[in-house]
Amino acid sequence: MFGYEFMKEAFIASTFIAITAGLVGVFVVSRNMSFLSHTLSEIGFAGAAFGILVGISPLAGMILFTLVSSIAVGSLSTESSRREASISAISSLFIGLGILFLSLSSESSSYATNILFGSIVGISSKEVNQLMILALFVIFVFIIFYKPLSFDSFDHIGARAAGLPTRLLSIAFLVTLALSVSIGAQIVGSLLVFVLLTLPGATAKYVVHTVPKLIMVSVGLSLAGVWLGLYLAFVTNWPVTFFISAFEVIAYFLGLSYKNWKLNH
Amino acid sequence: MDGRQYYTDRKDSEEIAVIEAKDLTKRFGKQLVFENLNFKIPDGEFISLIGPNGSGKTTLVKIMMGLEKKTSGELKIDKSQTIGYVPQFRNIDLDYPLDIEQFVRLNLKFTISPTKRRENNELIKTILAKTKLTELKDRPLGLASGGEKQKAYLAQSLLNDPKILILDESTASLDVEVKMQLMDLVKELNEKYNLTVIFITHDYELTKKYTSRALFFKGKTLEEVKVSDVSEDMFEMGS
Ligand SMILES: Nc1ncnc2c1ncn2[C@@H]1O[C@H](COP(=O)(O)OP(=O)(O)O)[C@@H](O)[C@H]1O
Ligand SMILES: [Mg+2]
Repeated sequence: MFGYEFMKEAFIASTFIAITAGLVGVFVVSRNMSFLSHTLSEIGFAGAAFGILVGISPLAGMILFTLVSSIAVGSLSTESSRREASISAISSLFIGLGILFLSLSSESSSYATNILFGSIVGISSKEVNQLMILALFVIFVFIIFYKPLSFDSFDHIGARAAGLPTRLLSIAFLVTLALSVSIGAQIVGSLLVFVLLTLPGATAKYVVHTVPKLIMVSVGLSLAGVWLGLYLAFVTNWPVTFFISAFEVIAYFLGLSYKNWKLNH
Repeated sequence: MDGRQYYTDRKDSEEIAVIEAKDLTKRFGKQLVFENLNFKIPDGEFISLIGPNGSGKTTLVKIMMGLEKKTSGELKIDKSQTIGYVPQFRNIDLDYPLDIEQFVRLNLKFTISPTKRRENNELIKTILAKTKLTELKDRPLGLASGGEKQKAYLAQSLLNDPKILILDESTASLDVEVKMQLMDLVKELNEKYNLTVIFITHDYELTKKYTSRALFFKGKTLEEVKVSDVSEDMFEMGS
């Protein structure tokens, strides 16, 4: 399948995206932000539509919207229940806005499908480069903040007690989350990007018990899903997104069963 | 060296205060939490901080930790004194993924130097042994018992070699036997390493048995009480 240039591009882009999503996903799960990452992808949809409407790229529009809203969330009340309620209220507004932007723009509706469901196979080498740079930036931030971010994500109260700058860490994390949503959506689409951002991390939690291993398993599952998805899509001509989400969901339930099995043995 | 001897050897240095408050006052907006607190905590003392719910115990230790701002007055803490703090509430649910050793390791500083890494591994080993967690180190913290969890919290707070240890209701909701084990452990650290301990509690028996003095929130002020004068009615909730 690598005989085709577009498959090579798709493969490189999705590899970077999968590594980023798997890495960030471990922290999304440990910080209890699955819900927020879902909302951010809906906001990202509006951002992409906005990008199309005003003539910047969908990726740029997405980054703009997700960055602004994740930082807004970061400065919102820290009490999580109240935060979730206000987030879900805002997210429905954004879906509506996305639909509005799309209908106002003169582009064809295939654009909308691409944003919602992903379009990895049609990706250009310029876009691949953009995604790679963004992915490397996210990975770089994680390397810099690895220790304190792990502490804050796996024991927020302890991290505060130890005097860590938890506010700063939270904002740094939200920025990387926004970027991950935006780049992940390029492959699986904004409708399902949270699959890549939450399921591998959640599955890892059921099978391993150290931060480095969580990251390895999560990245591994994310890569396996994306590679397998690309291959099967190439062979069958069915959508990549279908295979990726099916793989990650199956892995998740296998992980869950494994954990329950281990609890009883 | 025998712990007890060390304890008596220390006698003449006992007057060195590691923490000293002068007219310390805290308000949250208009709400007065406490007013004009004056107290000294000598080096190496095992002291309890008692008072009804909402009287300001947690707020006071948060001010010591620099996690809350005082409204007025003074709080002097000896610069050489690192503080280990075990907060009152922790959200560790059944699904919590890290094992006990990994949880403790969260408080390690980042390093790529192989020497430092080896030192860190040694340190973790020592701390796990000190807190009697060596055999439990691979158990997921989410599945650990209440007492094991408290020991893990304690172990984590001991990583940066504190001279003062603050325990905020660490024994609440533990069985009597488990409470005693945890307290024996803390007492051992107190005697062996001259660790100053500030122990927030609602437990009359533990205060009597383990501490040498109590700081008692009475209304908006704090009274120093000799342990022999500590009475059960000081622990009546909401008084
Ligand atoms: N961050 C805060 N903002 C406003 N009020 C607070 C805050 N933290 C504590 N309080 C109030 O201060 C008082 C003392 O609380 P706290 O120190 O937690 O008491 P204790 O630990 O003795 O039970 C309570 O009335 C509590 O509601
Ligand atoms: Mg309290």
